[in-house]
Amino acid sequence: MRITEHPILEFGRGRRVVFTFDGRELEGFEGEPIAAALHASGVRVLHYSPSLRRPRGFFCAIGNCSSCLMVVNDVPNVRVCVEPLVEGMDVRTQHGLGALGGGPD
Amino acid sequence: MRRVEVAVVGAGPAGLGAALAAASQGAGVLVIDNACRPGGQLVKQTHKFFGSRRQRAGTRGIEIADLLAREAMERGVEMWLDATALGYYPADGVLTVEHLGRFRKVVPRALVIATGASERMLAFPGNDLPGVYGAGAVQTLMNVHGVKPGQRVLMVGAGNIGLIVSYQLIQAGVEVAAVVEAAPRIGGYAVHASKLRRLGVPILVSHSVKAAHGSPVLDTVTTWQVDHRWEGIPGSERDYACDVLCLSVGLSPLTDLMWQAGCDMRYIPELGGYVPTRDREGRTSVPGLWVAGDAGGVEEASSAMATGRLAGLGAARFLGYDAGYEEAAREVLDDLAALRAGPTGAKIRKGLERLQGGTG
Repeated sequence: MRITEHPILEFGRGRRVVFTFDGRELEGFEGEPIAAALHASGVRVLHYSPSLRRPRGFFCAIGNCSSCLMVVNDVPNVRVCVEPLVEGMDVRTQHGLGALGGGPD
Repeated sequence: MRRVEVAVVGAGPAGLGAALAAASQGAGVLVIDNACRPGGQLVKQTHKFFGSRRQRAGTRGIEIADLLAREAMERGVEMWLDATALGYYPADGVLTVEHLGRFRKVVPRALVIATGASERMLAFPGNDLPGVYGAGAVQTLMNVHGVKPGQRVLMVGAGNIGLIVSYQLIQAGVEVAAVVEAAPRIGGYAVHASKLRRLGVPILVSHSVKAAHGSPVLDTVTTWQVDHRWEGIPGSERDYACDVLCLSVGLSPLTDLMWQAGCDMRYIPELGGYVPTRDREGRTSVPGLWVAGDAGGVEEASSAMATGRLAGLGAARFLGYDAGYEEAAREVLDDLAALRAGPTGAKIRKGLERLQGGTG
């Protein structure tokens, strides 16, 4: 899903880093939003809604809408569309409202 | 506690325009933006701008973002990035900000709000499925981060953003199945629509989305024709296999800070929703608070730069930096009048008339 050739743009990407998504190892570029790295690897479900547990992906991509909240390094409700990717990050699908310390939500 | 002469919330075209104008007049300026790079939504606009040289015609939005930010630096404008303005309290003049994870207080003598706009949603079953993305989000993902949003896209909305983003999708190697538009005519410029048609993308007017399907992610969209009352016509349904449904159905001004600060607000549909009442400079009902850009009514980036300059000039004059004000303001007002002239500006003109006439 990465754009490799583009008539106008060139993408200055950071170095390749490994992170985990629900325990599975994935690769992304350091400093890009976590959501971009996930999307490039084909991951589109980021979150399940609090009441009806419906799947949610990102929507606005600029940190406004809260559709992309995930658990990152045990911290819930991280807006992954604007949170930069760091090597070794533990990124998890969030179910519901999320709880501090990785407890039940 | 940090005291400044002018604080500007938002480093998009309006905010940078305001910062540059105020700094050029001699004021000390601090710009606050929640993103990690300046430019606001210019950073994803790969198309060339129209208009005159003063409006940076012929230059791509991404380049304008860099130009404005560099000029601001040269003028000594201070910039806090990764900084979210949380609230403005006129009684004690404090603007609260979360900056790089720290809580900070700023006390500006004049404040310009240039927070921009947010994307609108469309109501239909399945609109919350992963794969239903805002047009701005699609632009950000592909033009800023270099990731394709999917393989095959159905675009909703044939305004300028819908048409431009459809073209950009094709440039990025993504298939655009069709553009559907509920209105009976294409809202965007003919030049953008023609480019798409030459590439074989159908633009279906009087069509809308009936429902989106898929589990757990989008795989099919059902469209249908709509009548003159915007009601779907049964029997006209058609299914499109696609993994992205891109919504380009308009923007609403981001006015939270102005509501919270107590600005007099009016509902003006032509400007995108609730907007603050203000004078021609952008000065709101709250003393020392100006509005600029889409936060005061949805237009486009060129007019955002212009309203930003007006607000910056006004804020500087308020602090006593008034040399050459009349001439500079006149120049910007002439630019704005030109930008809002003609049939494409009719809606904005009507909205501003309603706002100023108090009939909103």
